[in-house]
Amino acid sequence: MSASAPARHDGPPADYLSESTVKSWLLTVDHKRIGILYLISVTTFFFVGGVIAGLMRLELMTPRGDVLGSADTYNRMFTMHGVIMIFFFLVPAIPAVLGNFLLPIMIGARDLAFPKINLMSWYVYMIGGLMGVYILLHGGIDTGWTFYTPFSSMYSNTQVVTAALAVFITGFSSILTGLNFVVTVHTMRAPGMTWFRMPLFVWSHYATALIMVLGTPVLAISVVLVGLERFFGVGVFDPKLGGDPILFQHLFWFYSHPAVYIMVLPGFAVVSEIIPCFARRPIFGYRFVAFASVAIAIFGFLVWGHHMFVSGQSMYAGAVFSILSFLVAIPSAIKVFNWTATLYKGSIKFDTPMLYALGFMGLFTIGGLTGLMLASLAIDVHVHDTYFIVAHFHYIMVGGTVMAYLGGIHFWWPKMTGRMYSDLWGKLSALLVFVGFNLTFFPQFLLGYLGMPRRYFEYRPEFQVLNVMSTAGATVLAVGMVVPVIYLLLSLRGPKNAGPNPWNATGLEWQIESPPTTHNFHEPVLVTCEPYLYSPEEAEREYAHAQHDHVA
Amino acid sequence: MSELHQSSEAHEQSHHVIAVKTYVMIYWVLMALLLATVLASDMPLGGAHLLVAMTIALIKAILIVLFFMHVYYSAPLTWVTAVGSFLWVGLLLGFLLSDYFTRGWLHILGK
Repeated sequence: MSASAPARHDGPPADYLSESTVKSWLLTVDHKRIGILYLISVTTFFFVGGVIAGLMRLELMTPRGDVLGSADTYNRMFTMHGVIMIFFFLVPAIPAVLGNFLLPIMIGARDLAFPKINLMSWYVYMIGGLMGVYILLHGGIDTGWTFYTPFSSMYSNTQVVTAALAVFITGFSSILTGLNFVVTVHTMRAPGMTWFRMPLFVWSHYATALIMVLGTPVLAISVVLVGLERFFGVGVFDPKLGGDPILFQHLFWFYSHPAVYIMVLPGFAVVSEIIPCFARRPIFGYRFVAFASVAIAIFGFLVWGHHMFVSGQSMYAGAVFSILSFLVAIPSAIKVFNWTATLYKGSIKFDTPMLYALGFMGLFTIGGLTGLMLASLAIDVHVHDTYFIVAHFHYIMVGGTVMAYLGGIHFWWPKMTGRMYSDLWGKLSALLVFVGFNLTFFPQFLLGYLGMPRRYFEYRPEFQVLNVMSTAGATVLAVGMVVPVIYLLLSLRGPKNAGPNPWNATGLEWQIESPPTTHNFHEPVLVTCEPYLYSPEEAEREYAHAQHDHVA
Repeated sequence: MSELHQSSEAHEQSHHVIAVKTYVMIYWVLMALLLATVLASDMPLGGAHLLVAMTIALIKAILIVLFFMHVYYSAPLTWVTAVGSFLWVGLLLGFLLSDYFTRGWLHILGK
């Protein structure tokens, strides 16, 4: 892939970070700066959600409830953990941070199609986020992040309506980002950037954007209906008023299952960039991986009923949803197999981003395969609402999305800031995250299989050993999460030493300065070749040459 | 060059001026359909009430999308988007109804 001709040098061009006033940040319409605003916001929410998770794990060290004081407090804790992590971290994390920063550059554009709408999406997100903080400080909410009726609409005396409003508002941020991505990909690709020359990062974000635009309005409708019933007695979910509680679950999961793919597809996007780069091989089966993203986006809308096998949903509908859930595994498996085939005969380098990407592949596979177990009606009935479910979705959400987010941050940090970080600390933290994660969540598979229900703050004494293991793992995981914050922030104190392309990667973003200039490219971009033109043989020759020089 | 041509075509399509006469005509058709909805509610249609009301509503929505939202004169991609959106709503309703209609099929002892 080729970018513009070399820059004209009428003086050093200003990079996008050169202006540092508060006003310049709060009123910016530069996609890169908005990406950084999101980076700070979502990372902050991640740590808030993480602290709450830490308190919950502390409570679960012993079978008796002795840390948080009451079951009610624990209910509010796991609800706030879920709401914050899903709506304020996992959904926006990769698209709003890395997608915003990279998508226009990767297709050779100066910005997204609607830069002001992009800034608006951040403000809308922040309004929702601040409402989330308000809820946290004013007693929280105890319905679980799923807001199931009739508890949420009739019985809960916590901040349900405020939380519903916060989710409603934050959803619009997601819709605006999705809309921007779809229009940008359709209308702003550089000459020569055909659909099949687009990096897979862009394909995955395009698929994610489709889900955001098609699914999020249904979530908004669902939470508005809860508010209408709670405040005005409109019968939607309450059987006494002619409603149906299961209708809420249908509406909620129509969005929230595809939302899993809003969280994971951008993870696929990141991994599809990292693996070819550090294996020095073109991605295996480019078109299959690209179409698999779109297939996941479509199939993802056909499987929501697998969350409702024991809800009272018709068994016949359940059987259809079960079969369709198996189908969605096919495009996901295509991706994993293709990444594996990409590694085959590659010249693999284990730099920090690659460690996260490899971790992603392993953990996502475990999460995906246990998902297939849960898609089977009979197994799901046995383990429904147990820790097996908790372990499964954390393998997807944390093992998948968070690993990919960290991998992506480490991969593009030199591009975003112009600075390298300590690779030793990077590798160490990747190892800590991997070990800590597995120690936290693998015991939860066993706990769930043995019958420990989720969402209880007390449990039978025989479950304690596995719970202690899980809490110990959470501590290691927490250290693994904090360490990168320290060394990445410390790297900002150093000189801009990364250069344009520290990983020798292909892709337009690696052919411009680090950090990029405000307008990304100095001249119009012309794309002349396919993405991922890596050569393992060339990498081996370079490696041998470097070794020879080293010995000499 | 061909992209430039396409974009100017899309520009023309998005700025197609619809005659006021057409707007007025669609308006009266919508009013007639509104009247049909009201009248249908008083007719002895039994279980078909909902079906009739929803069919009329669907026709009204299609007219609004095609003419008031200019989709009729828009680029093929806009058509795909509009039809896709309706398909997605159909998907939601279709699966939802598949649950509602089949809930009573399974006879559970003691229930």
